[in-house]
Amino acid sequence: MSKRIDVKDLNVYYGNFLAVEDVSINIEAKSVTAFIGPSGCGKSTFLRTLNRMHEVLPGARVEGEVLLDGDNLYGPGVDPVTVRSQIGMVFQRPNPFPTMSIRDNVLAGVKLNNQKISKGEADALVERSLRGANLWNEVKDRLEKPGSGLSGGQQQRLCIARAIAVEPQVILMDEPCSALDPISTLAVEDLINELKDQYTVVIVTHNMQQAARVSDKTAFFNIAGTGKPGKLIEFAETSTIFNNPSQNATEDYVSGRFG
Amino acid sequence: MTTTSLTSSRGAGRAGDKVFSGAALAAGCLILAVLFGVALFLVIQAIPAFTAPAADIQGGEGFFAYIWPIVIGTLIAAIIALAIATPVSIGVALFISHFAPRGLASGLGYVIDLLAAIPSVVYGAWGAAFLAPQISPAYGWLAANMGWLPIFQGPASATGKTILTAGIVLSVMVIPIITSLSREIFLQTPKLHEEAALALGATRWEMIKMSVLPFARPGIISAVMLGLGRALGETMAVALVLSSGALTASLIQSGNQTIAAEIALNFPEASGLKVSTLIAAGLVLFVITLAVNMIARWIISRHKEFSGAN
Repeated sequence: MSKRIDVKDLNVYYGNFLAVEDVSINIEAKSVTAFIGPSGCGKSTFLRTLNRMHEVLPGARVEGEVLLDGDNLYGPGVDPVTVRSQIGMVFQRPNPFPTMSIRDNVLAGVKLNNQKISKGEADALVERSLRGANLWNEVKDRLEKPGSGLSGGQQQRLCIARAIAVEPQVILMDEPCSALDPISTLAVEDLINELKDQYTVVIVTHNMQQAARVSDKTAFFNIAGTGKPGKLIEFAETSTIFNNPSQNATEDYVSGRFG
Repeated sequence: MTTTSLTSSRGAGRAGDKVFSGAALAAGCLILAVLFGVALFLVIQAIPAFTAPAADIQGGEGFFAYIWPIVIGTLIAAIIALAIATPVSIGVALFISHFAPRGLASGLGYVIDLLAAIPSVVYGAWGAAFLAPQISPAYGWLAANMGWLPIFQGPASATGKTILTAGIVLSVMVIPIITSLSREIFLQTPKLHEEAALALGATRWEMIKMSVLPFARPGIISAVMLGLGRALGETMAVALVLSSGALTASLIQSGNQTIAAEIALNFPEASGLKVSTLIAAGLVLFVITLAVNMIARWIISRHKEFSGAN
């Protein structure tokens, strides 16, 4: 239950503005891949093209191919709704549905895809998903309380539980810890390590230690200057990127010498 | 460099704070005072109607026999108006906020706002001179085919000046209020929540059901209540459109009356006890509106925990 992603010659545009230029990358199944790079280099934009969430933004479009185990996400007749139910996403700020209970938050995606689910099955799924997100013990006595009453870190793990409840092939995470304190960050990082046993995980992060801790492979994105498109500079094993990068720009960035 | 002690303070800033808090407090008190003053006026002026012998009140059977048919008439007209206006308004507001292309959305929003600027007497004239004659054949059809329902019992009014027509005209007047308020609230739905739904594989309509409508629910209720306030209190349109009479269950016969129209039609020629009776009717309308608003507040507060405000 996890698939690989192969991106071929992908360009991302906002209207006529080329935001990300010519990215080709192969993301292995059941691994954690980190995207690092300075702000505005297009790594979040690129991440969104992996489940067509960029289409929410007006004027955004892509050229090129994104293959999920060989199936092009941008092929004719492919419904973005189906794509997103297979490739889940966790956002920068925790966003549980405030009007729903913790339980209903976990079940939100499942109820979309599969309208009929018995109470017993639903209970089992809620427990399995919350256990999978390392949140079960903290919330098992208050499943009917609103999700917005949890702490930030708990909310983020609730969002992860909601994403894995639909059993996606891939989970995309867009700076999932940037709004969390160090303890909550640790909890989410531990979770990412466990998730890769079952899922393909792609994570965008500003925190290089985090990339070094959680990822198997790291992609470094950079931008030549304002108004220029973001590019993929280097993609390799995480240890290579941090210890022995082949590009000067990568070395400057990971060693903190970046301007 | 001068040292500043903790006890010294910037005088001007403090004065500004005081003026502002005083002004805010005064404004708040003024609202309460006005509300209280209106209530007091209504009660004092209405007392003779409650204490007078039953035979002296219009109709000759006491105040409550006089008031209850027009209370029911008022509620019927308001319910018809909201039953039509609420779904239409929410649909239009959603179309503007989430479905229409940007250029069309702003134009449409502007047109809807313009609807609110039309004076109610114009709506009344339109309802009486245009809508009523146009719609009366439909009433004939309803009477012929659905006449077994008490609300569509024949014979249908030949002029079309019925409570249903009045309700339809009221709904047109209420639609811009509910639409523009709902649209504002729909637009305020946090992008995060919309994206959360989309990222789970929701279609646009499912996204609206999961994130937009729950978020907007208290706002929609408030908007509907404001619309209801207008529907309950509207005078001219009803007075012009409705050919009033005794309370009837059928919506397509002439008859029924609303409180506001009853007061407006009778007040100029009233004197003595009749004035008190009409003011007492106004008091009843005031109480109904207050009660409706309190019920709405209660409905909203019931779900406070889940409102997303925490």
